[in-house]
Amino acid sequence: MTSLTLVRRIKARPSIVFEALTTPEGISSWWGPDSGPVLSAETDVRVGGQFRVRFRMLDGSDHESTGEYLEVVAPERLVMSWRWTTGGELDEAGNLSRIAIDLKPIDIGTELTLTHELLKSDASRITHEQGWAGAIDKLARRFSYGAADRHEQT
Amino acid sequence: MVKYGASQLDRTFAALVDPTRRAILARLEQEQSASVSDLARPFVIKLPAVMKHLAVLDEAGLIVRTKEGRTVMVNLSPGPMREAMDWLSRYERFWSKSLNRLATYAESTEADARRKKR
Repeated sequence: MTSLTLVRRIKARPSIVFEALTTPEGISSWWGPDSGPVLSAETDVRVGGQFRVRFRMLDGSDHESTGEYLEVVAPERLVMSWRWTTGGELDEAGNLSRIAIDLKPIDIGTELTLTHELLKSDASRITHEQGWAGAIDKLARRFSYGAADRHEQT
Repeated sequence: MVKYGASQLDRTFAALVDPTRRAILARLEQEQSASVSDLARPFVIKLPAVMKHLAVLDEAGLIVRTKEGRTVMVNLSPGPMREAMDWLSRYERFWSKSLNRLATYAESTEADARRKKR
């Protein structure tokens, strides 16, 4: 399945992490793949509410992530749909993906688990059940760009 | 940012679910090209079953089959695999950088909250 899971242990209580994840002020301080600025952040944190975050990357390109909150359980769980727009155009063929964030209290603060998955048909459910995660790691190593390039030359 | 079609990614990942198909791809990655009967040899399953797996891989665009006389040769086609990897690496980069900063922000907010309490 096309899905990505990341875990972080954060020295802050879950309620603080939850606020950082959901308030425009919080989002503005961390959202984005590099240290480029967040241009605007709007959140309506309730089931069915929307979020919209615009940010600029260091290469000068503008991007927008929008979506809808699907589950809101403060300060434990947040599920939202995700769409990506680049330069005003829907990216990824307008693909919808889904992000689930779970916050678990631990001794030092919070364990955050984020899963981002491409929403798809039955195939993704099957792959999920069969434990795709391990396989993708191996394949990522095997199908390195180097190997692919070598193949194309032959 | 690169654009992707969902259905292509879908087919790619669906094709990769099966361990036999992954083994076939792994072998092709090593050998570039192999005949169908060569590919079938290490497996306990029969040739028709291997053919079915090859058809799925072909449909997903992961391999290319060409006829050389009476032999069907199979080659790896790296494009769709690369797309799937791109999707993953793009979001891995996005989230791992973002979550690092989120952690820094939340930790400093936590530290501030504790200071105020005292």
